[in-house]
Amino acid sequence: MALLDIRNLSVAFTTRAGTFRAVDGIDLSVEEGEVLGIVGESGSGKSVTSLALMGLLPPGSRVTADRLNFAGTDLLSLSPAQRRRVVGKDIAMVFQEPMSSLNPCFTVGFQLGETLKVHEGLSGRALRRRCIELLEQVGIPDPESRLSAFPHQLSGGMSQRVMIAIAVACNPRLLIADEPTTALDVTIQRQILDLLVGLQRDRGMGLILITHDMGVVAETAQRAVVMYAGQVAETRPVEALFTRPRHPYTGALLDALPERALGKRRLPTIPGVVPGIMDRPEGCVFNPRCRFAAARCRSERPALFEVDEGLARCFYPLPDVPLPDGILPGGLHTRGMGQASGEGLGEGAAR
Amino acid sequence: MLRFILTRLGLVIPTFLGITFLTFLLIRLVPGDPIEVRVGERGIAPERLAELRREMGLDQPLWQQFLDYVGNVLSGDLGTSLVTRNSVLSEFATLFPATLELAFCAMLFSVLIGLPAGVLAAVKRGSWFDHGVMGLSLTGYSMPIFWWGLLLILFFSVQLGLTPVSGRLDLLYYIEPVTGFMLIDTLLVGETDAFWSALRHLILPTIVLGTIPLAVVARMTRSAMLEVLSEDYIRTARAKGLPQRRVIGLHALRNALIPVVTVIGLQVGTLLGGAILTETIFSWPGVGKWLIESINRRDYPALQGGVLLIATAVIAVNLIVDLLYGVFNPRIRHAR
Repeated sequence: MALLDIRNLSVAFTTRAGTFRAVDGIDLSVEEGEVLGIVGESGSGKSVTSLALMGLLPPGSRVTADRLNFAGTDLLSLSPAQRRRVVGKDIAMVFQEPMSSLNPCFTVGFQLGETLKVHEGLSGRALRRRCIELLEQVGIPDPESRLSAFPHQLSGGMSQRVMIAIAVACNPRLLIADEPTTALDVTIQRQILDLLVGLQRDRGMGLILITHDMGVVAETAQRAVVMYAGQVAETRPVEALFTRPRHPYTGALLDALPERALGKRRLPTIPGVVPGIMDRPEGCVFNPRCRFAAARCRSERPALFEVDEGLARCFYPLPDVPLPDGILPGGLHTRGMGQASGEGLGEGAAR
Repeated sequence: MLRFILTRLGLVIPTFLGITFLTFLLIRLVPGDPIEVRVGERGIAPERLAELRREMGLDQPLWQQFLDYVGNVLSGDLGTSLVTRNSVLSEFATLFPATLELAFCAMLFSVLIGLPAGVLAAVKRGSWFDHGVMGLSLTGYSMPIFWWGLLLILFFSVQLGLTPVSGRLDLLYYIEPVTGFMLIDTLLVGETDAFWSALRHLILPTIVLGTIPLAVVARMTRSAMLEVLSEDYIRTARAKGLPQRRVIGLHALRNALIPVVTVIGLQVGTLLGGAILTETIFSWPGVGKWLIESINRRDYPALQGGVLLIATAVIAVNLIVDLLYGVFNPRIRHAR
């Protein structure tokens, strides 16, 4: 049984202008001890999915799912109080902005100890010892004196380490890291990522790593989900996804990696932006930006089709041809159905 | 820290000069001087008038009078009342506790009701409760104090006979002032009946004086809470699986208090100013009523001294609030 098993998860926001779906029928599963990468541009619904899982969405949002099982328990059937016993203990989350994610009015020790107090009933000396131990585990030097530090006295990297310590305090079975390194210096990013992966390995917990950095996914995850406009575009093992992308969006994302564009004058980009939740296009949500879009793509919504080792939401997936590194997947072939086969992504961006 | 206090104290000097100058000038713009007001329609012999004027120093040119006054104040002498011949300072000192007691109760009233109301309104944003609290607080804020006071007297004192109309204590009792706070003094001498009497006398003035601060505190708390509730660290607190009341009452409120404390500090000025009207309505024997009487009698030294002393109290409270700020906001504490 999978640790996390989500079927057909949708999140709708009701505003004065109407109801909009930010997440649209997502399936997701994480095995015990697995690292799952979720990639996608801003606005693709990555964060909303994880917040829905944690039950942290603001009022006015409606979460529906055929199944939202964690370790065999249906999270949607739990009362808020019951759910709070799971959230923060068995499922924990690390956020994008470490500096603003810690409460400025309380010390590190207080904020870390609070979780242990609420979920494990620790207090007094045992609590203090456990806090120091946790700060040590996340690589904070001089943990004893850090306990009485206020968040504004910590750097971004240190804050994120504290956030991670809080998240893993109760030995969660699943940790969700929502762009944990985006707000940090490049040099610190590496360290935080190593820390997360190290903790994951040592504790054997499941890890969902949400990022828009394909490189991070390639290095850390076993399986990856590519999200686009609130839907899963492609989900496959990392190895397969990176060498033989089947969804044109995945292919285009990979093309946009600088290391794959060596020797080119311009870095390929994907023209346009992710459609907002109010103006999702007809048919395939990616069709306005897809260089292979055909008439069917503009009128009919593709389902997730089985491709080798996974799923891709595309009527005309890219061919299953392994690509040598550094070659555009789109440049290897031309398609009869494509808009204009000569018009590459790079040229699209140059316009 | 010391530097901060010294800078703040330095800023007080021009404030005091301005206040002194304004009260000095404004009260003299009112027609009639202390002697004319006392003599009234009976009239007085011009020679006697000139003599009295000379006695009170009113025959000097205005600038000379002002300089003399400032000189006296700087040497610690606020002068004597032209009417009672008592020292202004001692008159103020006997009356101020009554004002302070009323202001303190009004502040307590506004914070004890305004803070929870604001928090609840923010948590239940957009609900009937929220709209109700905001509507009521706007009404309360816009209400003229004297009208509101008279309305309450009419209903609670006259119609229902529940509360006394005026004063601090029933005439049955005499309590020797120790602290000057009637609620404390009655208990000190063990007169429980007098304590209840004092409490009943306090109810209406407290409500009247506390209405505007209550409205301000409720609105400020609500908006501060709304801002704080959307912060990332509140999401973190929720993600830890903390109970709702801990997220709201501890993580959110602690941060929301920072601006609220400032506003409460500023309200002290409003309270002492409002006390002038409230005390007059309820014949509350405090500084406010005394100031109004001083204006009516053109008792220049009493008015000038009283305003100066109230200003001192307001400035002192604001300084204390600024220092307290560090207690509530760790970022400020370390920055200094």
